[in-house]
Amino acid sequence: MRLIENRKYFYIFSSILIIAGLISMFVQGFNLGIDFEGGSLLRYKMDASITQAEVRSTVEDLGIVKEANIQKSGEEFFIRTTELDQDQTRKVTNALEEKFKNVTYLSAESVGATIGSELTRNAILSVLVAMALMLVYISFRFEWTFGLAAVFALFHDILIVLGLFSIFQWQIDSAFIAAILTVIGYSINDTIVIFDRVRENLRMKKKDDTATLLNKSIMQTLNRSINTVLTSLLPLITLFVFGGSTIKIFVLALLVGFIFGCYSSICVASPIYYEIKQRA
Amino acid sequence: MRKNTSIVIISVIIIALGMLTYFLNKPIVNNLNLGLDLRGGLHVVLEAQESAGQKITADTIQKSVGILRTRVDKLGVSEPIIYPQGDKRVVVELAGVKDPEQAVDIIKSTAQLEFWDQNGKVLVTGKHLKDAKASVNQGGQGAEVNIEFDKEGTRMFAEATQANVGKPIAIVIDKKVVSAPTVEDVITGGTARITGNFTAKEAEDLAVLLRSGALPVSLKIMEKRTVGPTLGSDSLDKSVKAGLVGLIAVLIFMLGYYRLPGLIADISMVLYSILVLGTMALFGSVLTLPGIAAFALSIGMAVDANVIIYERVKEELRMGKTLKAAIEAGFNRAFWTIFDSNLTTLISAVVLMYFGTGPIKGFAVTLSIGIVASMLVALTFTRYLLALTADITKNNKLYGV
Repeated sequence: MRLIENRKYFYIFSSILIIAGLISMFVQGFNLGIDFEGGSLLRYKMDASITQAEVRSTVEDLGIVKEANIQKSGEEFFIRTTELDQDQTRKVTNALEEKFKNVTYLSAESVGATIGSELTRNAILSVLVAMALMLVYISFRFEWTFGLAAVFALFHDILIVLGLFSIFQWQIDSAFIAAILTVIGYSINDTIVIFDRVRENLRMKKKDDTATLLNKSIMQTLNRSINTVLTSLLPLITLFVFGGSTIKIFVLALLVGFIFGCYSSICVASPIYYEIKQRA
Repeated sequence: MRKNTSIVIISVIIIALGMLTYFLNKPIVNNLNLGLDLRGGLHVVLEAQESAGQKITADTIQKSVGILRTRVDKLGVSEPIIYPQGDKRVVVELAGVKDPEQAVDIIKSTAQLEFWDQNGKVLVTGKHLKDAKASVNQGGQGAEVNIEFDKEGTRMFAEATQANVGKPIAIVIDKKVVSAPTVEDVITGGTARITGNFTAKEAEDLAVLLRSGALPVSLKIMEKRTVGPTLGSDSLDKSVKAGLVGLIAVLIFMLGYYRLPGLIADISMVLYSILVLGTMALFGSVLTLPGIAAFALSIGMAVDANVIIYERVKEELRMGKTLKAAIEAGFNRAFWTIFDSNLTTLISAVVLMYFGTGPIKGFAVTLSIGIVASMLVALTFTRYLLALTADITKNNKLYGV
């Protein structure tokens, strides 16, 4: 398979995705959860036939908040507002119970603005620290050209995941950051296995040119790359379908991240390494 | 001869694992420390609010922690987690609470009791309270709280009632008037009744608050997360089922694709699961909802180590090595690859452990334990089993070659 020779197709594909994502980030931004924006998120189990509009008017009629954002998933209703204190939360619960009878309180989360900005800062910091450590580690175990290509692939993965989350406006909260960090670890992991083979082949076959060498290395590790992502995806897919709404988005971020992490390890990291090697 | 011994050893191992699973199943499941997102509970970050003339010191915070602990104790929560954070905050984490929202109300309440005369002058405060008990009103209308003052309080209360005979004395809690009965006689006994149309529960809660004492500062909720028991058990149920289905899918896949070594991998996964869950149960690590996802994920990663080794072994076999030699070479070459790749995921997990809180921290802890365990199992147990099977059959077909 002439992966390196055909690399421009991968570049085009990735570029389209990344640019689309960037445009979306610029135009509609992200759907940030209360962890980063502050506010309250209340979850209740009610009759599935109740509409979002009915719930919204019940909450807004209380006059506590200007507007309430209601999401619904089957029997589960998500009410998002600006920060509510204990009294106000209770008023909402009581109002809902009065109007709709059979209401079960599931969970309530309130994040103040101060904590919100602290969580945001920590989120960004943790991602930067993780990436820096990865770069250090790879440079330590491999030469810098590999390290650079690996980190490039990493940025590629993060941008694509962020882009998709922006395009589809899936909610971003603390769990998303955990997913990103896990994806970072996994993507580097994947890239290392391929580069490890490249390094081994470099030591053995000195007469192959770089492109052929890379192609061979990728093909040799292809089975492992595909099988590994498959065995990781299987439990993630079942968790996404059957796992309940609390971690749905979290698992989605992992799924998207792993799929593109695998793609980037095979189709992006090596071509970039090739580019760097040609110019170094 | 070696073939028979190997078959026996493998059979023994499989039986041993089966028995281990059977006997350790209940103890592990019962000792697993489930997070509040799986059991119901609350996580609250409170910040002490400075008021006029009162600075917040380490002592203030310590006192508050002590009072909160007493209150939480009365709620009957096992293993409450209460600790100061920074110089102004207190974190309270309770798992297994039936009504977490109400628990937050109790925790946050300043519970300052005061008796005012009709001009609003403070006559006695809850500082002199000796005891408070809830009881049912004689008249059968709702519940009330009976309080008892200490010596100093009794004296002050006697003075107060004497000065206000025929006039109302307001009973004020957290600056809100609860009731304002008219003083009929001078009260020298040091006891009083607080009535206010309480339900039995409200009276009991108030008694708890008064007994634990007023907080030296008022606490503001900076962050609150409560999960009701319904959602908790629902999440647990769903994710465990989903996780199991995913796991079985992985086991079947390994068997189908790698055949005999796949079976070895599957057997290793059983040991691996016992190791991870057992470690968590032993150390009381908190298993959270994302943690279950981490566990499922780590099985995939543990299997990955096997995949790396097997692909290597297949290659060595294709190159013409004997089975034994191929397995040996496969493991040796695969070691560093496995080490490198697991280490990077471990770095991510550790960073997450440092920066994360609550459920996310649980995710990171479970993932870390999983990664370390997977390396251990792959490089010792799996290796041993694989070497054993080499004695049993030389049929390369069984290795997928």
